[in-house]
Amino acid sequence: MEPLKIADKVFTSRLFTGTGKFSSSLLMEEALLASGSELVTVALKRVDVEDKEDDILKHLSHSQFSLLPNTSGVRTAKEAVFAAQLAREALETNWLKLEIHPDPKYLLPDPIETLKAAEELVKLGFIVLPYVNADPVLCKRLEEVGTAAVMPLGSPIGSNSGLQTKAMLEIIIDQAKVPVVVDAGIGAPSHAAEALEMGADAVLVNTAIAVCSNPITMGKAFKMAVEAGRMAFEAKLSKGIKHAVASSPFTSFLDI
Amino acid sequence: MAFLELINQTGWDDVQQSIYAKTEQDVLQALSKSKRNLEDFKALISPAAAPYLEQMAVLSHQITQKRFGKTIQMYIPMYLSNECQNVCTYCGFSVDNKLRRVTLTDEQIQKEIEVIKSHGYDHILLVTGEANKTVGMDYFRRVLPLIRPHFANISIEVQPLDQHEYEELSQLGVHTVLVYQETYHEENYKFHHPKGKKSNFEYRIDTPDRLGKAQINKMGLGVLLGLEDWRTDSFFCAMHLNYLEKTYWKTKYSVSFPRLRPYTGNLEPKVNITDKELVQLICAYRIFNEDVELSMSTRESEVFRNHIIKLGITSISAGSKTDPGGYASDLEALEQFEISDERSPKEIAEMIRNQGYEAVWKDWDAVLG
Repeated sequence: MEPLKIADKVFTSRLFTGTGKFSSSLLMEEALLASGSELVTVALKRVDVEDKEDDILKHLSHSQFSLLPNTSGVRTAKEAVFAAQLAREALETNWLKLEIHPDPKYLLPDPIETLKAAEELVKLGFIVLPYVNADPVLCKRLEEVGTAAVMPLGSPIGSNSGLQTKAMLEIIIDQAKVPVVVDAGIGAPSHAAEALEMGADAVLVNTAIAVCSNPITMGKAFKMAVEAGRMAFEAKLSKGIKHAVASSPFTSFLDI
Repeated sequence: MAFLELINQTGWDDVQQSIYAKTEQDVLQALSKSKRNLEDFKALISPAAAPYLEQMAVLSHQITQKRFGKTIQMYIPMYLSNECQNVCTYCGFSVDNKLRRVTLTDEQIQKEIEVIKSHGYDHILLVTGEANKTVGMDYFRRVLPLIRPHFANISIEVQPLDQHEYEELSQLGVHTVLVYQETYHEENYKFHHPKGKKSNFEYRIDTPDRLGKAQINKMGLGVLLGLEDWRTDSFFCAMHLNYLEKTYWKTKYSVSFPRLRPYTGNLEPKVNITDKELVQLICAYRIFNEDVELSMSTRESEVFRNHIIKLGITSISAGSKTDPGGYASDLEALEQFEISDERSPKEIAEMIRNQGYEAVWKDWDAVLG
């Protein structure tokens, strides 16, 4: 399988993971290790960056994991830039999952503030992975200001409802010059496989692994699904022929 | 339209009748929907829903885990003052209770902070009575800078204020403001709040609108269960929540379920809400609104709190004292109400872990404003 390159990092695993909602930090650690994930996102608000023994960070200190701090909780571009700078200093990485959701109910990302913040953060030297709605034009605009990837949502975060935005995701994948990571809404391994089959470069999964009876087994299941989906994509999945084939082909007259 | 106008168009008696007229069919329909409205909420809190309590609990459990994960947020109240100029029939701080009044000094606050921090807390709820001269904006301006550096998240439960004052508090680091309506029944409200600024029903009911306009991060709503018919009062609270979510969509919301507790003065509840009914109410809120935070205080018993963890609650307090100075200084000050669950924060965290949940101590950061 082809490795995935984002900015200066190469990933063997195309499964990115979140760290929220687990019943314990130990279980989170074991599930994420089992998932093979190499990029894990951490909410700045959940960790105590001044505490060297912080429970979440302690359980993520494995060479397998690169940290992807996120700005969850900020409502404006200004707050996002501020939080990003703090995350960079505290967690010693310039990678950033940019998420600005002024709406605390559905946690939907604000496209205007996200674009503003992305532009500024790129200038400040961040590797920016913005979480956005599945909006093809916005994804191109973000790419133009220099984000390292785009992270469109499959469906509302935490909803486990799969790729409801499929038609838009297809356009985004088709047009993108940066990696496309489908984030949010992936509720089952089959959803993850579907995203990879479509040509998404990676997926980010949290709730589906954290909130199930056996997160370790579920982590493995997602690992396998992501690999299967990618392999199918690389093997050039044959598109089902939806229309009937005419018994006398339209162009056969040309051969006469 | 402000909520005040909306509520003026909604008759208490009509609402009450329509709740009690809900049928099992209405309940089943509410349970089977994917998004519920206020009529569904009525069905879920109605007597007709009582036989469906187990189904409601299962649904509430599932919805809460999906949205909030297997986590429970920990918080603790710090009472800064029990001075109060209001007369409230149900409250230990009521001005007509002739007991010792205390407002903490800077030094006493520091001592409280030390004890609270030693338990692991990072989210704190600051509480005062309503005494404008001693615990008004000047006092908050002085003490918030003392408290803020020690906590990731600060909530307050103080007298209702004006919009510009809330804006200033937000600047001073206040994340959440709790302001319970107590009851939405206007006449009864006036009976229970005969004297003081709190007797102004309209100013109180308009407070969440002022908070929304001030763009506060989160506000907490609730009724004092026992003052009025809990079903009708809770419906108005849900209606308030619904209105606020649509109007101030950048604000987060939480709901609490305080039941009338023994205190100095001893008002008998007008209407009792049983444990079963309280579970029904909590599950109904969750099924109605998948995203609202639901909070549980130490007013409730050990057994009740142990079991409610899985049924929809998202935050819980532990080891609470309801008298100013209660953690570090023995000031023999009057407490607001008797707490029922006296277990330590450590014991509660252990109880939460034993149920397969994580006790979360920090889920905000001062840098986020």
